[in-house]
Amino acid sequence: MSLNKLTLTQAIKNLQAKKCSAFELVKACLDQINRYDSKIHAFLELNQDALKEAKLADNQRRDNSSPLLGIPIAIKDNFLTQNLPTTAASKVLEGYLPQYESTVTRKLKEAGAIIIGKTNMDAWAHGSSTESSDFGPTLNPWNTQFLPGGSSGGSTAAVAADMCIAAIGSETAGSIRLPAAWCGVTGFKPTYGRVSRYGVIAMASSTDSPGPIAKTVEDCAFLTQIIGGFDPYDATSSSNPVPLLTLSKAKVKTKLKIGLPKEYLEAMNQETKALVHEAIKVLQNQGHVIEPTSLISPKYAIGVYTIVQRSEVSSNLSRYDGIRYGQDRTKFGEEAIRRIMLGTFALSSGYYDQYYSKAQKVRTLIIEDFNQAFKKFDLIINPPSPGPALKIGASKNEPLFGEMQDMLVEPSSVAGLTGVSLPGGFVDGLPFGFGFVGPQFSEDKVLNIAHQYQQATDWHLRKPQL
Amino acid sequence: MTYSPVIGLEVHVELKTLSKMFCGCPADHFGKKPNTQTCPVCLGLPGALPVPNKKAIDWTLLIGLALDCQVNHHSKFDRKHYFYPDLPKGYQISQYDEPLCVNGHLTLSTSEESKATSEVTHSGSSDGENRVRINRVHLEEDTGKLIHAEVDGEKVSLVDFNRSGVPLVEIVTEADIHGSAAAKEFVKKIHQLIRDLGVSDCDMEKGSMRLEANISLSKDGTLPPYKVEVKNLNSFRFLGRAIDYEIARQKELLTRGQTPPQETRGWSEAKNQTFAQRSKEVAQRSKEEAQDYRYFPEPDIPPLVFSKEQIDAIRAKLPELPQMKAARFAKAYGLKPSVVTILTKTQASAAFFEAAVKEGQKVSLPPTVIANAMVNQRQAFKNPEDLVRHLQTQTQEKVSDKITLRQFIDQVITAHTQAVSDFKAQKPQAIGFLIGQIQRLSHGKADGKLVHQLLLERLESSR
Ligand SMILES: [Zn+2]
Repeated sequence: MSLNKLTLTQAIKNLQAKKCSAFELVKACLDQINRYDSKIHAFLELNQDALKEAKLADNQRRDNSSPLLGIPIAIKDNFLTQNLPTTAASKVLEGYLPQYESTVTRKLKEAGAIIIGKTNMDAWAHGSSTESSDFGPTLNPWNTQFLPGGSSGGSTAAVAADMCIAAIGSETAGSIRLPAAWCGVTGFKPTYGRVSRYGVIAMASSTDSPGPIAKTVEDCAFLTQIIGGFDPYDATSSSNPVPLLTLSKAKVKTKLKIGLPKEYLEAMNQETKALVHEAIKVLQNQGHVIEPTSLISPKYAIGVYTIVQRSEVSSNLSRYDGIRYGQDRTKFGEEAIRRIMLGTFALSSGYYDQYYSKAQKVRTLIIEDFNQAFKKFDLIINPPSPGPALKIGASKNEPLFGEMQDMLVEPSSVAGLTGVSLPGGFVDGLPFGFGFVGPQFSEDKVLNIAHQYQQATDWHLRKPQL
Repeated sequence: MTYSPVIGLEVHVELKTLSKMFCGCPADHFGKKPNTQTCPVCLGLPGALPVPNKKAIDWTLLIGLALDCQVNHHSKFDRKHYFYPDLPKGYQISQYDEPLCVNGHLTLSTSEESKATSEVTHSGSSDGENRVRINRVHLEEDTGKLIHAEVDGEKVSLVDFNRSGVPLVEIVTEADIHGSAAAKEFVKKIHQLIRDLGVSDCDMEKGSMRLEANISLSKDGTLPPYKVEVKNLNSFRFLGRAIDYEIARQKELLTRGQTPPQETRGWSEAKNQTFAQRSKEVAQRSKEEAQDYRYFPEPDIPPLVFSKEQIDAIRAKLPELPQMKAARFAKAYGLKPSVVTILTKTQASAAFFEAAVKEGQKVSLPPTVIANAMVNQRQAFKNPEDLVRHLQTQTQEKVSDKITLRQFIDQVITAHTQAVSDFKAQKPQAIGFLIGQIQRLSHGKADGKLVHQLLLERLESSR
């Protein structure tokens, strides 16, 4: 097997057993990028020093026990990296070289990881297609006629196409789980506050959650362990300690009670519903109990999310006033301008109470709804998307495209919950994502059941024909 | 037609915390090389997040409690949006509808007020007491500073971000002030109070205390339909002059049947008058539009919750404040109001006095003697012990040495017969001469009053 196809866990084992060197591993990923990225366009920027850093890692191996030493990881372009330009895929920040390092990439580097490059995304993370990148779209490795999903589409495509061992994305509402589903990889959204936002170009501050994208649940758990935890530079990061996310059957209750919300199932079509029921059988065979339940319809979360997110976006983007970052405000793309306009309107005096304030009240109701559900259930089944990837161009002329596609993950994002998306079948040759959400800070539970499911299935082992 | 001035004040005070409001940069920015005290947070770089300074919050609560405010158990920060080059994020982190402290007051001395504005009805004070109500005390971040300069022959505007993010407390009064004298007294009291709390230097020249006044004139005590805001007043004197100028200017307009326009004005020291100004917040905005800062809760900072215990713990840190101290001095030491005012003018002089009183008790030196000595003091004493020792020697000689004094008197009278004759011939300067001679003999230690009395007795008896 080519080295670039290794999972994170496998790569670490191979490196430690000296079955391969970091140099060979990084080289294999770079070769894959050179071969296929002209077609996929997952990367905006490559780290020119990656091979040099790999050599250094190999030299250090003897007396260095850093867990990720020499592992090539791709980073979504909204994480500030000191040696690599960071643009959030917007021309407003074209050529911007950050003066400081985001907490997530700092922790990865301290753990020995090599940042192989920065991945494409919807500009400012505004979207669910990666089609709205100011530097051109990313295409789905399973079929380049289709969208990879977004906004972390570059990261999920890079993992799906084995251009890296693992990647980092960020989710505001669905931006990890949806593209992970559409690209057939595993994406994990930690609880809001579990992973620091410091140095992540803000989209919607009250829901932004950085998280891992990898080839297995096990790899996601491993990365969450490294990037998670309290950060004195982020006042909203939780001091709640990160539990040991080691995945073993012994650590979890053997029988979990899992809710299946009928409102979520209703949004799905015949084929994807069938895949959900297939996944449920797998879980039942493992002894878990799945029961139908009812939640507030996800359509209400769309309204809440749209108002809160647009408001925060209009505020967060006001620092790009044309004075400091070299480009003026005409560089803002259409989608960003639309969001700035809507958010500015929603926050205007006289409208604040009608929109922002009301949205926050509904948000509280959604949180309360989940709280009630989690009194009855350990977890809730939540496939991130009603169907597989949509065709290129689907997001055009569809101002609420993202919101509609992300409908099934918005309630959990608005409530700050943790959730996972993992391969759960195929529809017409395109991956379908299955998933769960759990209460805040229940990462161990969500990851453990997802791992059990993955042990019993082989969807995650299938690779796209590039 | 008589008009009564209706004045509200806004006082901004920079706290002297070690670090800035939301980052670890030093807060002391005055005179520092531009842009040497900055970081991603106070430069508003992409991805940077504010982490509130706990000490700044505690100190703001302390100011609020000193002004008899209620502390809001639930408070939060909000974003206030406007574009200006010295505001790197495009918004200022401030507080909108849940400030840290609300509903306080500060009492002014009534006499000064009524003297200054005798024609005015006191709508703000309910019970004849001259109370200025405090609407709110909130915490925000300071902005950067624009410097307009010429570089290589080109006129440029430079931005210094050293001040960006320095904790700034805003104290807002109700429109309970009715004249320049009261306004000046109010800000002087606030100045003293905050310095006593030790949380700011309140140095107006360095900009660590800034004043704004909202001034309008009321007919028949009703609320005027306009408000003129005078900004950037950097001394008590200018505040007073600006208010007097505005009262005269607005009165003239009103007398002519015009309503003064609602506007922001600056103060020109050179011209000694206010002038219409386009403040930075209203630049680019036409008059008809209301100010819209699009406030919303700062999502990067969790809401603040204060328990009763936390508030009490801060209240316990309050030093004795000037008003309380003055009352206690008058009562406990039997001092006259004028003396109390001088002694309690600064925390230091009050502390000096109390230490001296304590020291004086050991030698039965009454507090009034110490107070009088301090008020009439020509000589500075390094510490209260020195003062007490000095007073003790003085009083001991005065009281116990009448015999010695009489001996000096006898010597002097014998030696200066001419002066004694002059005294008998009603020449008044003779007595001064004789006293001077006695002082010489006593090496200046004789109690002048007592010598005078004893000398007169002696001269009268020998007449
Ligand atoms: Zn700073």
